[in-house]
Amino acid sequence: MGDALHVALLLADATVRVATPLVLAAFAALYSERAGVVDIGLEGKMLAGAFFAAAVASSTGNPWLGLGAAVAASVALALVHGFACITHKGNQVVSGMAINILVAGLAPTLAYAWFRQGGQTPLLPGEARLPQIHLPGVEALSGIPLLGPVYRELIDDANVLIWLTVLLVVATHWVFTRSRFGLRLRAVGENPSAVDTAGLSVTRLRYQAVIITGVLTGIAGAYLSTAHGAGFVRDMTAGKGYLALAALIFGKWRPWPTLFACLLFAFTDAVQVRLQGVPLPVVGVIPVQFIQMLPYVLTVLLLAGFVGRAVAPRASGVPYVKER
Amino acid sequence: MKTTPMPQHPPALETRGVNKWFGANHANRDVSLAVPKGTIHGVIGENGAGKSTIMSIVYGYQPADGGSILVDGRPVAVRSPRDALAVGIGMVHQHFMLVDPFTVLENVLLGAEGGVTLAAGMARARAELIRLARDYGLEVDLDRPVGELPVGAQQRVEILKALYRGADILILDEPTGVLTPQETDHLFRILRALREQGKTVVIITHKLREIMELTDNVTVMRRGQVVANVATARTSREQLAELMVGRKVLLRVEKAPATPGPAVLEVAGLRVRDGAGVERVKGVGLTVHAGEIVGIAGVSGNGQSELLEALAGMRPLAGGSVRLRGEELTATPDRFTARGLRALGVGHVPEDRQRVGLVTGFEAQECAILGHHGDPAFNGRLLMDRRALFDRCAAEMDAYDVRPRDPRLPAANFSGGNQQKIVLAREMERNPDLLLVGQPTRGVDIGAIEFIHRRLVALRDQGKAILLVSVELDEIRALSDRILVMFDGRLVGEVAPDEADERRLGLMMAGVAEAA
Amino acid sequence: MAQDAAQGVTGRGFGRPGEVPGWVGFALLPLLNLLAALVLSGLVILVIGENPLDVLALLVTEAVGYPEAIGYTLYYTTSYIFTGLAVAIAFHCGLFNIGGEGQAYLGGLGAGLVGLALTGWPWPVAALGAVALSALFGAVWGAVPGWLQARRGSHIVITTIMFNFIAAAIMTYLLVDVLIRPGSQSPETREFDPGVWLPTMDRALGWFGVAIPASPLNLSFLWALACCALFYLFLWRTRWGYEIRTVGRNERAAVYAGISPARNIILAMAISGALAGFVGVNEIMGVQHRILLNFTGGVGFVGIAVALMGRNHPVGIVLAALLFGVLAQGGGQVSFEYPTVNRELVMVIQGLVILFAGALENLFKPRVEALFRRRAGGTAHG
Repeated sequence: MGDALHVALLLADATVRVATPLVLAAFAALYSERAGVVDIGLEGKMLAGAFFAAAVASSTGNPWLGLGAAVAASVALALVHGFACITHKGNQVVSGMAINILVAGLAPTLAYAWFRQGGQTPLLPGEARLPQIHLPGVEALSGIPLLGPVYRELIDDANVLIWLTVLLVVATHWVFTRSRFGLRLRAVGENPSAVDTAGLSVTRLRYQAVIITGVLTGIAGAYLSTAHGAGFVRDMTAGKGYLALAALIFGKWRPWPTLFACLLFAFTDAVQVRLQGVPLPVVGVIPVQFIQMLPYVLTVLLLAGFVGRAVAPRASGVPYVKER
Repeated sequence: MKTTPMPQHPPALETRGVNKWFGANHANRDVSLAVPKGTIHGVIGENGAGKSTIMSIVYGYQPADGGSILVDGRPVAVRSPRDALAVGIGMVHQHFMLVDPFTVLENVLLGAEGGVTLAAGMARARAELIRLARDYGLEVDLDRPVGELPVGAQQRVEILKALYRGADILILDEPTGVLTPQETDHLFRILRALREQGKTVVIITHKLREIMELTDNVTVMRRGQVVANVATARTSREQLAELMVGRKVLLRVEKAPATPGPAVLEVAGLRVRDGAGVERVKGVGLTVHAGEIVGIAGVSGNGQSELLEALAGMRPLAGGSVRLRGEELTATPDRFTARGLRALGVGHVPEDRQRVGLVTGFEAQECAILGHHGDPAFNGRLLMDRRALFDRCAAEMDAYDVRPRDPRLPAANFSGGNQQKIVLAREMERNPDLLLVGQPTRGVDIGAIEFIHRRLVALRDQGKAILLVSVELDEIRALSDRILVMFDGRLVGEVAPDEADERRLGLMMAGVAEAA
Repeated sequence: MAQDAAQGVTGRGFGRPGEVPGWVGFALLPLLNLLAALVLSGLVILVIGENPLDVLALLVTEAVGYPEAIGYTLYYTTSYIFTGLAVAIAFHCGLFNIGGEGQAYLGGLGAGLVGLALTGWPWPVAALGAVALSALFGAVWGAVPGWLQARRGSHIVITTIMFNFIAAAIMTYLLVDVLIRPGSQSPETREFDPGVWLPTMDRALGWFGVAIPASPLNLSFLWALACCALFYLFLWRTRWGYEIRTVGRNERAAVYAGISPARNIILAMAISGALAGFVGVNEIMGVQHRILLNFTGGVGFVGIAVALMGRNHPVGIVLAALLFGVLAQGGGQVSFEYPTVNRELVMVIQGLVILFAGALENLFKPRVEALFRRRAGGTAHG
């Protein structure tokens, strides 16, 4: 019994750690895509964030400066995306792709030139990483069954960015349902003409949305290299940007289902790590690759309407051009 | 006669010498008009006369290339809809500017939220909207998503949006095009109520009947220019029509009486659903004989478009039968397709040539074989015969006087009339037994209209059957040998063109009178 | 006089007054976009502390400066032509195929299976078999997203991205658990029988007594050029190509013309996948002679840059593929000479080219065209 609880807690802990950057990136895309700007450049922005966070944290010893650099770099890329797609009405998919490839080259190039460690940054010492938050009362609660271990293993000593992510989820829900900004954001993704004729600037709203996307992907990147990891390694994001995109679609472009999808994808990853080579009843050993591809297969099935139906914001992917 | 009597106080809205270019198209030429306060003002003109453009400029949706706008006698700088709303100008666009998944309340609130959070504004808006609804007869369920509302109710939401933002001047662009007669009456009652409360209303339309029924004054536009400002009471439909078109309107095509032959197309019980699953054609039966033109009249949106596309094989049938030269087609599904019907000698000039009849990025010669690209005349075993293609297109361009006569020029580079000629040449030169024609002269200049009409009559005189759909009553009356009237997905009556006066047709199109 | 002058200009093929000559679109603008990408790449090189002009000079020398280098450059070019054509044909049908990477990967599986199976057979048979099976595998991997788009309405961009990951997972599984050389630790198959290897160009030319230095360049280069010609003929000279282009330009007009958008979307994606699959012939049958992990290394994505630069036309695609071949080969060599530069620098240039030639194509276009309109208009009136 105690053993089962221990395994469950380990799985939950791993799920939360893996889910955090996914949630950050998926919610980043939520803002941009609900405003009508498709963003497949999450991967690149996260990678840029990861690199600049680690590079600055390594040079200055201050992880917060690293976080700031990550956000700045990622927002800069988001502005490039906005410049191409909003100002110049360029193809949003092409722009996202360009950013991904650009950063996939740029991050190791700069890392190579600056640190001479084969495209990595040096290993970060503890104080150059984003801190975990130690909560009081672990000892006091440890006697209580269930709550005690849950508190100790799962909630205590969580990284500051995990808490920030929790805050982000709640805030996003509030923004989308209760705030003026959320109303306008949702409107501009469904019918930009309605927003324009209501006396609001489509361009401004969409820029605001992509900037938020940049901030959040930057934080996601910083989490990878200065919170979860201890330094930048090449191809650090390893497809997490695309996985976040899949989670957003799987969550039908809504905050709570998107959060659920991120947790689900992270959970399959946690299970997959634990299941390597372990035979299951009936099916035997499941090759780990099959579990790894599950999120992608699920997304394909969902998009094809075999499991539910995901309908994108109506104006997403379409540059806004005034009618004559 | 040419000027509106000057009221004591300055006009609620005035434009002076407004100009607007779209590329090479001079859409507005020194447009000056004045709308007295507390009146309903009509702006009338043909398609492309520039009436929507001038109102878009007034609303700040399009920037002007010169000229000035005055509200209550004071010059105002309207650079965006926000500026327009700030000086009390509201607009109901032809295509509604609504967010479908949003509730009515959310739509009204958008851009006028009254705070960073929504709750307070929502409560305020709800109270205000209930008051507006009571005062002007603008009833609508505030908590329904607008996408679920009928168009008439959606339009009321648009009016509410403008009033909630404090509009004193309300501009409506072609507001009745999508409305049923009942909804139109409802709208007119609302507009009169607005006038009684001292609001100023501008209505853009190309329908003479509405101008005569509703407005106090009318501005007539033609080719981007204002050609007259008159008091409605001192003018007549005939005079307005002449002003709109620029000459005596005698849309009469020289043609001999028809000598109908055997039935070519026989349709019975035809039903068609649109993409959303709504039944748009609700059991239509008709016959077209060789050597006659049968015209279908009706207000746009009553199922004519769907009927025509279904008969051309572009839409699946939900029921009914179609016989061509006595042969049942619907029993064999692979023949009742766009490709199959073409092979059986059915030509189709679609309503929207830019989006359906042509591929604007293609060369003219490629457009000239659209739908016939599998024809052996243009194909070897594997490769197409570019020479044959070029020659065919050049020949058609000669026959139909298409300018410039350059088969390699992209279709987008031709004018509307010449594009239409390319389509007509393609469909008519293949000698179809049955020609389906939708809006053959929409957006076409007057010279080309006469040419197209003569061609259609000539085809009839060769003994071909022609089914014509047009929302231009004059065109229907000038060309048709028999007129069928369509309303709400059904044919509600048949009239001979010489007994089809506008009043009677109008009543039938509105669904209020059956043919005698 | 002015009238005559204007007509004279028209007659000499400079276009109508106020119209932009064709070469602006297919030569000047791509060059401007390339220039912008190169200038920014130069800035990156400055940032890492090197002289951009020196790096560029070395890069070009190492890519085309001597015969062996040219062989390597053309070897890269071969794969880029395949993926460039793959992206282009999907573009012509109005589709954005980001799945070239996965289709190439599976194409390599197809080619590799032929290589493994045909031990002892003559190489021409193996070559034909590899072309057929890589095309088939790639086509299936392209057609399924095509089918999902056409019949189920799932967005092709997302589906093809997902299919890249699914392909990667499948290939890893196959190489780790199924096809792995018995007793081996690294996830790759055994080497094929040397008799079925696709001959390298130096060997093939050797048969005719022409001696060139050895390089990975192999016969699939000729197949890539043949594909370009076939691509042109198919798309612009056959009714099937006409149908695909109609669907891509205007789906409603296609329906009007009795052309099935769904069928053509699936067809275009199948052809696209097959073209990408040919990368497998070049890499697996021509160079690696075994199936191994991640042999595609981003060719599918470079294909996007190639198609955008090449304006989706085979001639442009060959030129753009050549350019990226130069970058790949030269960039790799530069990283040996400069301790601060590594080969990822090439991806920076690729990314920037995609950005300027694709997403920012409207950056220069209106200005340049306006310039030419004014000039042409000025001639007409003057």
